[in-house]
Amino acid sequence: MPFNLSKDEILETVRMVQAENLDIRTITMGINIQDCRGSSGQDTGRKIFDKIAFQARDLVRVGEHIEKEYGIPIINKRISVTPVAMVADGLSAAEMVIVARYLDRAAAEVGVNFLGGFSALVHKGYTRGDMALIEAIPESLAGTERVCSSVNVATTKAGINMDAVYDMGLVIKKTAALTADRDGVGCAKLVVFSNAAEDNPFMAGAFHGPGEPECTINIGISGPGVVANVVKSNPDGDLGELAHIIKNTAFKITRTGELVGRAASKKLGVPFGIIDLSLAPTPAIGDSVADILEAMGLQMVGAHGTTAALAMLNDAVKKGGAMASSYVGGLSGAFIPVSEDAGMINAVHKGALTLEKLEAMTCVCSVGLDMIAIPGDTPAEIISGIIADEAAIGMINRKTTAVRLIPAPGKAEGDWVEFGGLLGRAPVMRVNPQSPALFINRKGRIPAPIHSLNN
Amino acid sequence: MEEGTRVIITVLGYDRIGIIYNISKILAETSVNILDINQTILQGFFTMVMVVDMARATVDVAELRRLLAGKGREMGMEITTQHEDIFNFMHRI
Repeated sequence: MPFNLSKDEILETVRMVQAENLDIRTITMGINIQDCRGSSGQDTGRKIFDKIAFQARDLVRVGEHIEKEYGIPIINKRISVTPVAMVADGLSAAEMVIVARYLDRAAAEVGVNFLGGFSALVHKGYTRGDMALIEAIPESLAGTERVCSSVNVATTKAGINMDAVYDMGLVIKKTAALTADRDGVGCAKLVVFSNAAEDNPFMAGAFHGPGEPECTINIGISGPGVVANVVKSNPDGDLGELAHIIKNTAFKITRTGELVGRAASKKLGVPFGIIDLSLAPTPAIGDSVADILEAMGLQMVGAHGTTAALAMLNDAVKKGGAMASSYVGGLSGAFIPVSEDAGMINAVHKGALTLEKLEAMTCVCSVGLDMIAIPGDTPAEIISGIIADEAAIGMINRKTTAVRLIPAPGKAEGDWVEFGGLLGRAPVMRVNPQSPALFINRKGRIPAPIHSLNN
Repeated sequence: MEEGTRVIITVLGYDRIGIIYNISKILAETSVNILDINQTILQGFFTMVMVVDMARATVDVAELRRLLAGKGREMGMEITTQHEDIFNFMHRI
């Protein structure tokens, strides 16, 4: 039995897990629920509950088993389902709320902390089901703990549905109002997408797309701390060398995800979907994307140069990761959620990082303006304006972008919001007060860009 | 790949008497077979990597990890126990 690993390699791996927060961020089971349509909200909800309870019955147990066997922490086990607007089309908004409650119960039943898919894909326009679902979002998110919702309002192929952009501004405001007692936490479970990924394992934007199989396992990896440490240990390398080192590190991180994904897929008897190569931070110290950018040499994230540093980081992670896995998908890019990243929080607090800079950063990484608290009195049309800008960035650059804003009720610029746990805490950021109301009120559909005509 | 029974134990900390004794005692008591030991001491700092086979072990990996980590805390050392696949997957294609 030849043993061909060097001691340095072994100690490197041990260090990544022990000291640098290498973990598997999520094992997400995607479940098709298109066959769960019933005659009413109650009936549909019950069918969905039964299917999830059956399909995902072993998900948490298998996840914990793999965690023990390999000694790699698996932070979250989650579920995504087919966009509910498709499944429950024809039901009223009130019935959609009932379906959301069943989803919440199903998530609790199988022991997952979040379930995504209370979603609608409306990039070209609304079906009746889409309208009912969107109307039901505020009440559904306020009345459930674990259900996550997303709405795709734009694609490169279809353009931007500005009716939906208009409506989502109002939906976000209403969701915040209904969860005002908890700083508007309902909005932390609501993502507005452009070019949404059908196989994204990360919450709150995960859903099981219509092109997906019956059931699948998608893996979200992590490891900002590992990348930050290799960058820190190379203070003198030029940026080409740094890119190379990050690439090598991303390869190693992703291999861990590949191992866990294959093991989970085999043990659950469910096909392996994709690995999402995202650098996903958590509020824990040392698990921050901002730390990596600062280790590259920026005084603070948000400084001029941040976008370039992030572009290089994001690309190097993809290049390394793509070689490590047979199937890469989902969002695959560095995440820059403000409330979930200690370094980002710090930079916002110190005034180094603004909403405008974050918007520029979303041009070169996934996934968008994520977990950003804004003043509670921000008008709906400004929120819609922010969504429209992000959607345009996604549409023109053929990439996924998203907006997850929390207009924290009663809070003003400089105040803090606390969501707790993985959702973290954040200072309320300044929003440009100039009104885009007349532009947003025009509604309609922004046509698909010329480069969508690629046939 | 999950069928493999080889596990890698690493031990890090300041050198003292009885480290290998204490660890191999636990391994013997749980019927875990030692395949390879690589140990160095650099300026009083003890590093050991051990490859063991758990094919006939009387405990599972999680339990072995718990036992060794407990002994590590007692000795003031950090002991990790991890499945070989993690290392192979990360460093070899």
